[in-house]
Formats: sequence, C-alpha cells, structure tokens
Amino acid sequence: MTKTTKSTLITIGIALAFYLVAEILLQTGSLSSLLQGLLVPLCTYVILAVSLNLTVGVLGELSLGHAGFMCVGAFAGAFFSVCTKGVITPDGLRFFLALLIGAAVAALFGILIGIPVLRLRGDYLAIVTLAFGEIIKNIINALYVGRDGRGFAFSLKDTAGLHLDSDGQLLIKGAQGITGTPHDATFTVGIVLVIVSLLIVLNLMHSRAGRAIMAIRDNRIAAESLGIGVTKYKIMAFSISAALAGAAGVLYAHNLSTLTALPKNFGYNMSILILVFVVLGGMGNMRGSMIAAIILTLLPELLRSFSERRMLIYSIVLIALMIYNWSPKVQVWKEKNRAFFRARNPFLKRVNK
Amino acid sequence: MEFFSYLINGISLGSVYAIIALGYTMVYGIAKMLNFAHGDIIMIGSYVVFAAVSVMGMPTPVGILIAVAACTVLGVTIERIAYRPLRGVSPLAVLITAIGVSYFLQNTALLIYGANAKSFTSVIKVPPLSLAGGQIIISGETIVTILSGIVIMIALSAFVKYTKAGTAMQAVSEDYQAASLMGINVNGTIALTFAIGSALAAVAGVLLCSAYPNLTPYTGAMPGIKAFTAAVFGGIGSIPGAMIGGILLGVIENLSKAYISAQLSDAIVFAVLILVLLVKPTGILGKKHHEKV
Repeated sequence: MTKTTKSTLITIGIALAFYLVAEILLQTGSLSSLLQGLLVPLCTYVILAVSLNLTVGVLGELSLGHAGFMCVGAFAGAFFSVCTKGVITPDGLRFFLALLIGAAVAALFGILIGIPVLRLRGDYLAIVTLAFGEIIKNIINALYVGRDGRGFAFSLKDTAGLHLDSDGQLLIKGAQGITGTPHDATFTVGIVLVIVSLLIVLNLMHSRAGRAIMAIRDNRIAAESLGIGVTKYKIMAFSISAALAGAAGVLYAHNLSTLTALPKNFGYNMSILILVFVVLGGMGNMRGSMIAAIILTLLPELLRSFSERRMLIYSIVLIALMIYNWSPKVQVWKEKNRAFFRARNPFLKRVNK
Repeated sequence: MEFFSYLINGISLGSVYAIIALGYTMVYGIAKMLNFAHGDIIMIGSYVVFAAVSVMGMPTPVGILIAVAACTVLGVTIERIAYRPLRGVSPLAVLITAIGVSYFLQNTALLIYGANAKSFTSVIKVPPLSLAGGQIIISGETIVTILSGIVIMIALSAFVKYTKAGTAMQAVSEDYQAASLMGINVNGTIALTFAIGSALAAVAGVLLCSAYPNLTPYTGAMPGIKAFTAAVFGGIGSIPGAMIGGILLGVIENLSKAYISAQLSDAIVFAVLILVLLVKPTGILGKKHHEKV
C-alpha cells in the first residue's frame, strides 16, 4: 500500500468513524433534536470545505464566491426535483439525477466564470468571485419561473410577467424561492456524498493533473515554462470545485422544504464561513478541512449554554486560534517550550549527546 | 429633472462609499491586508453617536467627536491586539483574523443593543436646497455628505503628500522593510493609518445613518463590502481612485435602482465592477506591477 493510499484511507476512515458515532448516538436517542437537525448541514459544510480547499489550497487562488456555486446547484437540483415529483418514481433515482444536474449546472457556471476571472490574481480575484456570488444570489432572488400547458415561462420582474394560463403552476417565486422540495437528503446520503467528494479531490491531487495544478500554485511561471497549460488546469480545478459545491447545494436544498436565497445561506458570509474552515483546517489538507468544518459547526451548538454570548465566544476563539497558529512570536515560544519539555522528559532519549 | 435628482442622490451615496473606501484603501496600501472589520467600525461609530445624541441628549458636534475618538481608539486597539502579531504572515491568515474581529464587533453590538433596528434621528441640521424653481430638492444630508467627501479627500491627499507622517506612509507602503531600515517607525505608521481609517469610518457612519436611519448590528456589513468593491474599482491603494470608485458605484447603484430594477441593482453594480476589472485588471487608477521571473 502506498503512502497516499494509506492517507486517503485514514481520511475516509475518519468520515466513517464520525458517521458511526453519530449513528450510535442517534439510535440510543442521546442526540438533542437540534444536533439531529445539524447532521445533514454538517455534511454539506464538509463537502463545501473540501471543494473550496481545492480552489484555495491546491490551486492557490482565493475565492470568496463559493456560496454562489452552492446556490446555483441548490436551485437547479431543487427545481428539477419539484418539476419531476411524481414523474420519476423511485425517490432515490430522482435525487441522484438532481445531484448530477446540480453539479453539472454549477460546473458550467464554474467554467463560464473561470475563463474570464482566473486571469486576475490575488485580491482582485477574491473581489470578483465575491461579486459573482452576490450577482447569482441577487438574480435568483428576482427570478420567477412558472409552468403551464405551453411550457416554462421566465420573468425577472414578478409573477404577472410570466403570463401563465389559469392552470399554470408557479415553480420559483422570486424572493420566496422554491417550496415543496422533496425531503430526500438523509444523513447516510450525506456521508456517502462526503466520501465521494473526498475520493474525487484526493485522487485528483495525487494524479498527474493534480501535480500540474500544484505546480501552478507553487510557481506559475516555472510551471508554464515546463509546458503545463495554466489556463486548462486552473479551469479544471475551479470547475470541479464548483461542481462539488453544487452537489453540496443539492443536498442542502433537499433537507429543507422551502429554499430561499438569503444573505445568510448563500451570501458572501457563507463563502467566508467556508473559507474559515479551509484556513483553520490547513490549506491543501482535506482531512483538516473536514475536521475543522465538523468542529466549527458543532462549536456554536456546544456553546449554547452561553446562549447569547456564544457567537462572541466563537469570534474570540477564532482570533485566538489564528494568532496561536500563525503569529511568528508564538511559533518561537512554542519552539522554545518544546525544547524545554523535551530536555526534562526522562522517557525521551537525548539525541544530541 | 428626475434624472438629475437621482444623480445627486447617487453622488451622495457614492460619497459615503468613498469615505469608507478611503479607509479600506489606506489600510490595504500600507498594511497589505483586507480589513474586513472596517464596515463594522462604521456600525460601532453610528451606535456611539446614537447613544450620545439620541439617548444621552448631548449636542451633535460633541456626539460626533466622541464617536470619532471612540472609533480611533478601537481601530488602533484592534490593530495592536489582532493584526500586529500577524504581520508578515500569509495574507489569508490575516483575512480570517479580520473576519473574526468583524464577528466580534457585530456580536458585541448585538449583546448591548439587541437585534432590533434602532431608528437613528438625523444629526445633520442643514436646510434643504431647492433648485430650478422647486423641481429639484437636495436634502441637507446630501449637501453635507458630498461636501465632507470632497473635503476629506483633499485633506487626506495633502496629508499623505506634504507631511512627514504622510511620506512615511508612502515609504511603508512601497517597501516596509526598506522603510524600517531608513529609520521609519513602521508599527507607528501602520497604527496611524488604522487611526485615520477608523476616524473616517466614524464620519461615514454618521453620514450613512443620517441618510438611511435604520441602525442594526449588521448595518455596516453591506456598505463595507460595497466600499471595498469601490476601492478595488478605483484601483486599490490609490486615494483619488477610492474617491472616483466610490462615487461611480453610488451613481450606478442609484440610477439602476431608478431605471432598471430595484431588485437587481446590486447585481448590476457588481457586474460593472467585473467588466471594469476584466478590461483593466488593476482598477481605474491602479498601478500595474510587472511580474519578474
């Protein structure tokens, strides 16, 4: 077994172990209803964190619009499910198709946005991805889609703009979003999706394409001079990342009966929240992203006994963690104390003598 | 005539964006960091004015002075505690810390004032100006906002160009290691930048809430993002760029609200930003950096 296979298996093992623990707690009834409701969103966040890590950690481009791809995927998947409810009979098949459609639409957006945008660098790229995320949210909030005997009708103004027949059915209602999405997402499905996305991303990283992507991250000019097609690999990483975010969106949408594009769930705040998972978990480290997403999602719930003060504590913990992990002074202090403890540890052999 | 009043309102909103963007762009130019908490300093400044003028009944100029002082102290403190330990490390780590600070400020305000919107009574008492025989009425808030935007930009440009501290700022923004070798107090200069940026944020908060009187802990977030967009639009790091970017953004937002669609105005603003950046990747007045192998 190679080192990378082993590392992949450990990462997937952690996901499975988490699933088993949660399932046992669920069966014995020791999970509060709040935590139970958090299980599917947790899977969504893990997939989002892993997929954003592909853009930020592996490709090395800062994206602040990840929630936009999630939003596109969620609405495409939910729209498909609402349209085909009762037409495609096994619910599992319909959900699977919805996942594929959500991922494909998000990937398409990833390519469309990626081609012009990936020419920009650093903070400019960050602000443009943020802008795209906001545009997507904004347009979906103003989008009305209906269906009647003549087919589908679209409008960006209001329901009257659709000119529906009397038997027409309103599918997407602007700011009120989509209602009646079937509740297909379960915790088991979520974990399967988490494992599939981990496999996709980890295999990509260890493939020839993945090495090319990392070479671009480490030194674009050197990679280019070796004959690596920078644009091709950038778009590849960006669109795979978008597709996975879209799939996460479909999962998210099928856990809710009403899907609306609020600033809270699809705005830049969400993109930033996912970025926090990625940075705290470690750039380019998928296992870290997964663990950070789980811990940081559960943290506010575990702090619930502090009621109103919990988000305040969360923010202080976040700042303290960043300083502890990154500050050069703290690193020096840690190094010193490591030497201090090692020198006085009788169980450790003294190597230097 | 209608167009003219939309345009004036757009310039007024744009001036607020510009004042916020000035703070963003100075901090970015000198400390090379995106201070995501900048928008929340606006919100804190507005709450301080609200508490001083509306609750405690102090005279308006005193309230504004207290807010400016409070925000200056706050900005310098944040820089000292959260940002200075991270100087020189990965920009992403600093960005996440700034997000942490932003959450911290929002939740502090939430704990003190609650989530319900406070209605901010305008503290600007300037009579409205009526033009063209009463067809165009320009409110006092608009006049004061536009004038303060112009005054602040001129004062700031002069400060950066002609004073010793200003030249130090330019030097630090060019190359902070070389600047420190020349005997410039880099930490002091960065702290001064944060102080100026935060004081401007307080002024922007007063102007913003006088025009849009709903004050919540999240009031600053969206204008903060828009101002950041404006700073990038004009070329981040450039003071006249921030001013031009801010005013253009405000005008585009107001005109598209009036003539195209109120719901889609944000999307149009961001789409224009993307178009500008695709044609001119460093913004309108941004400097181009050549990449060396």
